[in-house]
Amino acid sequence: MTASPDPVLPPGERSAIVRDGVAVGIATGAYGISFGAISVAAGLDVWQTCALSLLVFTGASQFALVGVVAAGGSPLSGAVTGLLLGTRNTLYGIRLAPLLGWRGWRRGAAAHLLIDESTAMAVTRETTAAARVGFLATGLAVFVLWNLATLGGALAGEALGDPRTYGLDAAVGGAFLALLWPRLKDRRNQLTAVLAAALVLTLVPVAPAGVPVLAAAVVALVVGVVSHATDPTEVPGRDDLPGGGEHQR
Amino acid sequence: MMWTAILLAALGCYLLKLAGLSIPSRVLEHPLVHRIADLLPVALLAALVAVQVLADGPTLQVDARLAGLGAAFVALLLRAPFIVVVLVAAVTAAGLRLL
Repeated sequence: MTASPDPVLPPGERSAIVRDGVAVGIATGAYGISFGAISVAAGLDVWQTCALSLLVFTGASQFALVGVVAAGGSPLSGAVTGLLLGTRNTLYGIRLAPLLGWRGWRRGAAAHLLIDESTAMAVTRETTAAARVGFLATGLAVFVLWNLATLGGALAGEALGDPRTYGLDAAVGGAFLALLWPRLKDRRNQLTAVLAAALVLTLVPVAPAGVPVLAAAVVALVVGVVSHATDPTEVPGRDDLPGGGEHQR
Repeated sequence: MMWTAILLAALGCYLLKLAGLSIPSRVLEHPLVHRIADLLPVALLAALVAVQVLADGPTLQVDARLAGLGAAFVALLLRAPFIVVVLVAAVTAAGLRLL
């Protein structure tokens, strides 16, 4: 994976990019602990929790699945919510594909690492070589540390017992708000968020658990049809990442 | 059921990632499709916040979770990192329940 065809990247720049990627990985890994603990509190076992981090490997979708289950929804409606959230990775891929320029098995392998963090650390690079190093260093660092942290968090969560005693149920809401936060700089996104929250609270008393959250997708549909502005917060920047803003040029 | 959901999410999320790197960009660059795909995470995350904090089964309930969210909001305004935001929400709710 590391064999890059164009050898134009100076060693100094290369190691700086790798260092930034590892810093982002460490910061992101720290929040893998909270995912592990929250997932176990939602009723998944340690194996299921680790399988989510290994195989799904995109934080918001994983939080969504366990969040819906924690709120009493069916695992399948949780999975569908997770899939709808995963569509943003498709947009990242479209943006990155020409820059990364991978084909065949390399593209197949790289796809698993296509997440918020690896996108943010690759999308602003000027050359393919720099973008690939940023993508791989960040993606691999996050993958390793996210999975280790998930296991640690799940084991700790199991040892803790009743999640309500430690406020873990409130932690889930805080986690979703933190994931949403970078997108709230944009006025249309603020409106979308308020409408979606209002719709879901209207539906909670009348619809089965899991369904209200899915219905919020309708808000995205309607706002998308009605408004024509572009969204400056669509692809995460390095400033939006924990540990990502320290070595900015 | 849980394992089915996990494997479905895993396969689907991988295919969504691969599609982004593989599909010619013009297919998904239609402005309307693009806007909706961009707004989906915003709507869903906001909905998840609301359900997590205010729903208790089929009823709406204001309790310590809302205070936890308020604390998380303040932490985010102060540019706290993710793990701190989550901890602040948890500790606030747990503290209130001890009172």
